[in-house]
Amino acid sequence: MAEYAAVLVFLLVGIGMVLFTFFLARLVRPANPYKEKNQNYECAEKPVGDSWIQFNNRFYIFALVFVVFDVEIVFLFPWAVAFGQLGLFALVEMVIFICILLVGLAYAWKKGVLKWV
Amino acid sequence: MELAGIFKYFYELLVSTGLPQVWVDIIAMVAAAVIIFGFLAVCALFLVWWERKVSAHIQQRFGPMRTGWHGWRQTIADAIKLIQKEDITPMTADRAVFYWAPIMCFVAAFAVYVVMPFGDGLIVSDLNVGILYVVAITSFTIISLLMAGWGSNNKYALLGGMRSAAQVVSYEIPMVVTICSVVLFVGSLSMVDIVQSQAQIYQWYIFRLPFGPIAFIIYIITGTAETNRTPFDLPEAEQELVAGFNVEYSGMKFAMFFLAEFVNMFTVSAIGTTLFLGGWQGPFLPSWMWFLGKTLVLVFILMWFRWTYPRLRVDQLMEFSWKFLLPLSFANLILAGLMKYSGWFNW
Repeated sequence: MAEYAAVLVFLLVGIGMVLFTFFLARLVRPANPYKEKNQNYECAEKPVGDSWIQFNNRFYIFALVFVVFDVEIVFLFPWAVAFGQLGLFALVEMVIFICILLVGLAYAWKKGVLKWV
Repeated sequence: MELAGIFKYFYELLVSTGLPQVWVDIIAMVAAAVIIFGFLAVCALFLVWWERKVSAHIQQRFGPMRTGWHGWRQTIADAIKLIQKEDITPMTADRAVFYWAPIMCFVAAFAVYVVMPFGDGLIVSDLNVGILYVVAITSFTIISLLMAGWGSNNKYALLGGMRSAAQVVSYEIPMVVTICSVVLFVGSLSMVDIVQSQAQIYQWYIFRLPFGPIAFIIYIITGTAETNRTPFDLPEAEQELVAGFNVEYSGMKFAMFFLAEFVNMFTVSAIGTTLFLGGWQGPFLPSWMWFLGKTLVLVFILMWFRWTYPRLRVDQLMEFSWKFLLPLSFANLILAGLMKYSGWFNW
């Protein structure tokens, strides 16, 4: 576990460094907020409504397809590492596994899910 | 002149002070983190300047010329300017999300350097999950872009954030599958093992025909898309989305996104060097120079892309990933498996 301590140290130092530069900037920068300045940018017009709205579900479908393949990749990594010892059996197994998922991709393709409108 | 010896000398100096081992390790790690932070900051300043010069030469103009020799002080001046800029948070923004997005963006780019093999023995911690850790940590960038887009409560920012999330997510799969095909040859996820398996130039994975060059090209394309650079820079398309997810940011918060962007570009090139170009391996020169040199060549190629190609359309971009790169990368993975199994080019 000791080697993973470096990851924690890097995360903390990274956050600390950024906060430190924010603090440094606070010392030298001006602060003069007023209502017009703090308005949301919308090409110099008054912003119309919130932008926290319902969103095109196209993004959601892509995210869903992504999750399917991402889970597959989680299985691919141990297979790739152990491939040298496993030989032909692992290769055939993985080809079958990939083909099953590619059938899924072909289905999504056929259904027009991958089309961005 | 190997740098590893110098760091080892300081480490032993630290040990000889008689502190408990835990404290020695913590101090050494913090020092390493601070050194790498400094290196990345300087590197980003250099890359910004270099990008402007490259773009200027490609497009037959001057670029920065006034401040110092060929404008080398320009980006330093820009950094000083940015630190003096007022920090504006829009009234309707989600303040906490808005505040933490740039921090997260930078930290995600920074934490990768735990496993970056800068040279022979120049690695902070050689985790046995090395490359998988890189893939995992870089994914956090997506969350930070979404946070920035959503937290700003700005329509352009939201569109930019969503687009960039969709894009990064789409290109991540071909990229990771390609990385997998290299891992398959190495038989280990550790970055040091990956580099050491390419000791001779003919062992570099880019030269392992036929899978190597295909994998390298897929990696470069997906790497360009992952860092949101032209021709895949739709998230920040200036003409339609002004600046995308970072439109509401100013001052140091904007600077953090900017810094993270260039750090990410360096990361993509450095990982590409490690995976395909033999990492720090090379004759005569010290290892870290080889690593930096190869990385900067890849960085230059990314810049070259940016100033040569026009931007893609959103639908072209998504279809290119899902309908071309994804099947190709899987086919390439199976090809790599066949090569490894049959002993073809198995040096």
